[in-house]
Amino acid sequence: MTATTAHDDHHHAAPKGISRWLTTTNHKEIGTLYLVFSLAMFLVGGAMALVIRAELFAPGLHLVNPEFFNQMTTMHALVMIFGAVMPAFVGLANWMVPLMVGAPDMALPRMNNWSFWILPFAFLILLSTLFMPSGAPASGWTLYPPLSLQGGNSFAFVIFAIHLMGISSIMGAINIIATILNMRAPGMSLLRMPMFVWNWLITAFLLIAVMPVLAGAVTMLLTDRFFGTSFFDAAGGGDPVMYQHIFWFFGHPEVYIMILPAFGIISEIIPTFSRKALFGYTSMVYATASIAFLSFIVWAHHMFTVGMPLGGALFFMYATMIIAVPTGIKVFNWVATMWRGSMTFETPMLFALGFVILFTIGGLSGVMLAIVPTDFQYHDTYFVVAHFHYVLVTGAIFAIMAAVYYWIPKWTGYMYDERLGKIHFWWSTISVNVLFFPQHYLGLAGMPRRIPDYAVQFAEFNLISSIGGFAFGFGQLLFVWIVIKCVRGGKQAEARVWDGARGLEWTVPSPAPLHTFDTPPVVTENTEHSAYLQR
Amino acid sequence: MAQGSYYVPATSKWPIIGSVGLFILVSGFAKWMNGSDLGPWMAAIGASVVIAMMFGWFADVIRESEAGMYSNQVGGSFRQGMIWFIFSEVMFFAAFFGALFYARIFAVPWIGGEGTGVMTNELLYPGYLPVWPTNGPENLGGDFKTIGAFELPMINTLILLISGVTITAAHVALKKLKRNALIFWMAATVSLGALFLCLQMFEYVHAYQDLGLTLGSGIYGSTFFMLTGFHGLHVTVGSIMLIVITLRCVRGHFEPKNHFAFEATAWYWHFVDVVWLVLFVFVYVL
Repeated sequence: MTATTAHDDHHHAAPKGISRWLTTTNHKEIGTLYLVFSLAMFLVGGAMALVIRAELFAPGLHLVNPEFFNQMTTMHALVMIFGAVMPAFVGLANWMVPLMVGAPDMALPRMNNWSFWILPFAFLILLSTLFMPSGAPASGWTLYPPLSLQGGNSFAFVIFAIHLMGISSIMGAINIIATILNMRAPGMSLLRMPMFVWNWLITAFLLIAVMPVLAGAVTMLLTDRFFGTSFFDAAGGGDPVMYQHIFWFFGHPEVYIMILPAFGIISEIIPTFSRKALFGYTSMVYATASIAFLSFIVWAHHMFTVGMPLGGALFFMYATMIIAVPTGIKVFNWVATMWRGSMTFETPMLFALGFVILFTIGGLSGVMLAIVPTDFQYHDTYFVVAHFHYVLVTGAIFAIMAAVYYWIPKWTGYMYDERLGKIHFWWSTISVNVLFFPQHYLGLAGMPRRIPDYAVQFAEFNLISSIGGFAFGFGQLLFVWIVIKCVRGGKQAEARVWDGARGLEWTVPSPAPLHTFDTPPVVTENTEHSAYLQR
Repeated sequence: MAQGSYYVPATSKWPIIGSVGLFILVSGFAKWMNGSDLGPWMAAIGASVVIAMMFGWFADVIRESEAGMYSNQVGGSFRQGMIWFIFSEVMFFAAFFGALFYARIFAVPWIGGEGTGVMTNELLYPGYLPVWPTNGPENLGGDFKTIGAFELPMINTLILLISGVTITAAHVALKKLKRNALIFWMAATVSLGALFLCLQMFEYVHAYQDLGLTLGSGIYGSTFFMLTGFHGLHVTVGSIMLIVITLRCVRGHFEPKNHFAFEATAWYWHFVDVVWLVLFVFVYVL
C-alpha cells in the first residue's frame, strides 16, 4: 500500500462564514454537515410521526383528514429513511472512516462536498410538496402503482427528489469505498480494519448496487404517468406487481443499508466498555458479508400476500429465515465480548446494550413475518409497524445515538453531560417501548396500518402507544440540548476519551484538528493502537 | 509537495453550483411535466448550470493533473471511483432488463392465462394470446411491427464492436507515445460512435413512421425504447467523453504511464459496448 501523505494545498486560509460550509472539502466539516442535516430531518420526520400518533390517540377522526394522514405516513417514512438515518450514517463515516484507517481525508474530497449538498435541495423539493395544492404524496413511501400514479402535481417532484437522493447516496458510497480500499495507512490490512469500517465497506457496496435500481423503478413510474409507457399496466402487457419486485430488490438491501453501519458502531462500543477485544472478529466480517449477500435474494418476502408461485414463496421464506443465522452470530459475539469483561456503563454503552436487546426483539418479530402462512395474517398490520420500528428506532437510531455519545468528545473536545445522557437513555428506552410494544398486540389483533381510524377495541393500546410516542418524541429535545451543551463547552476531553478504546481515531487530539494524518501512521502487528484485534 | 503525497484540494465552488443546477433542472422538469410554461425554461437554465459546472470542475482537475499534482494513489482513488460508477450504471440497466425479463417470463404469460392466471385471463382478457412481442391485451398504441435483428441492429453491433477495437488501438498508440496514430484511432472511435447514433436515430424514425412502434406500444414499446433509449443516451455521453479526450490528445495531454482520463473513457466505452451486446441479444434477437 502506498504511503498516504497529504500535500499542503489544503492549508491555505479557508473562506469564512457560510461559504466555508458551502465549499468545504474537509471530511470533518462535511461529516458535521451531514450529522446536523440528519438531526434536523429527524426532528421534521418526528413531528410528522407525532401528527400520526395524535390522530390515532383515540378512535374516530379528530385532528387531520384522511388524505393528510396518508401524506404524513408517506412523508414520515421518506424523511426518516433518506433524510435522517442514511445521512447520519454517511456523516459518521465521513468523520470516522478517515480517522480510523489513518487517511488524510476522504478519497475524493470535492465529490464528498457534492454528495452532501445535493441532499438539502432534494429535501427542499420533497418537503415543498406539502405546500402544493394537491398536497404531498400519499401513496406510502413505496409508491406502489397504480395508486401512486393517481397522485397530484406532487408526483413528479417526489420522483425527482428521490433521483437526487439516489445520486447523493451513490456518490457518498463510491467515496467511502474508494477511501477504504485506497487510503488505508501502511500495514492496515483488510482484516486489521475496525468493524465500523468493515461494515461501511459492505454497506457502500449495497448502496451502489441498489440505489440505481430504485432510480430505474421510479423512472418507470414517471414514464408510465407522463410518457405513455405501460410497465405497470396490465392492459399493455405490464404488471403493477412488477414494480413491487423491482422496488423491493432495492428495498430489502436498503433495510440492511440502514442497519449494517449500526452493527459496526455497536461492535466498536461494546469492546471499549467491556475492555476486551471484540469476540470473533473474523466471524463478524463474514456474518456481515453473508447478510449483505442474502439481502439480494429475499426481497419478495415484502409481498407474500400479492401472490406468487408456491416455489417462489417457499424460496423467499427460507432465504429470509437463514438471515437469522449470521445475525445471531453477531448478537452472540456481542454478548460473548461482554462475558467476563470489566464493564462500565457510560451512555454510549447503555445505548449499545439497549440496541442489542431491543434490536433482537425486532429481529425475532422479523422471523415471524418471514413465515409465509403467518405473514398472511400479519401483513400490513401494526405488527409490521412494530417490527420495523424496533429495528429502525431501537436499532438504527439507538446505534446513531450511541455513536454520537461515543465520538462527540472527539468531535467537540468536550465531554457531554453524563448525567443528562443517562437520563436521555432511560427516558428514550422506556418511552420507546411504551410506544412500540403495544403495536405488536394491535397488529396481532388485526389493526391495519396506514388507516387514520380504527375500531374501538383497539382504543387502549393506541392510547398507550400515543403517550409513549409523545414522551419519546419530546424526549429527543433533551438530546438536542445535550449536543448543544457539549458543543459549547464542558470538561476537556482527552485524546483517548475512553480508557478501553483502541484504534487510530483515539491517537489524535480531542477535538480532532481539521487535518489529521497528513503523514500516515504505520500500523504493525505490535502497535498497540492499531492492532485492532489485540487489546 | 513531496513524492507520494495525496492531493487534498482546497475548497471548491463547483459542487454547490452543481447542486443548485440540479435543483433548478429537476424542479423545471417536474413543472414541465405538470404543464407549466415556466418548466422548460427552468430545465434549460438548470441544465446549462450543470454543464457549466462540469466544464469548470473538469478544467480544474485537468489543470491539476497536467501540473503533476496527482500521485499514483490519487489515480487509484479515481480508478476506484470510475469502476464503482460504472457498476452503478450496470445496476441501473439491470432494473430495465429485469422489467423486460419479468414481463416476458411472468407478466405476459399470466395475463394470457398461464399458471394461476387462468381466471385473470377468463374474466379480464378472454381470448388474449400472450405472444411476444406484444402491446398487451388492449392493443395499446395500435398494431406495430418490430425491427429485424439482422438489419440495422446487426450493423450497429458491428460498428460498436469495431469501435472497441479502435479505442484499444488508440490505447496502444498512447502507450507507445505515437501521437498521430493515437489521434487517428481516437477520431475513428468518435466517428463510429457518431455513426451508431445516426443509425439509431434513423431506426427510431423508421419505427415511429413506418412500423407503428412507439413508446406507447404496450410493454414491448416501453421496454424497447427505454432500453435502447437509455443506451443511446449513454453512447451520447460516451461520445462526448471521447471527443474531449481526443481534443486533449491533440493538445498533447497524457503520457504513456499517466492517462487516467483516457482509461476511464475507454472503460466507459467498453461498458456501453457490452450493454449493447446484451441488448442486441435480448431485445432484438430473442
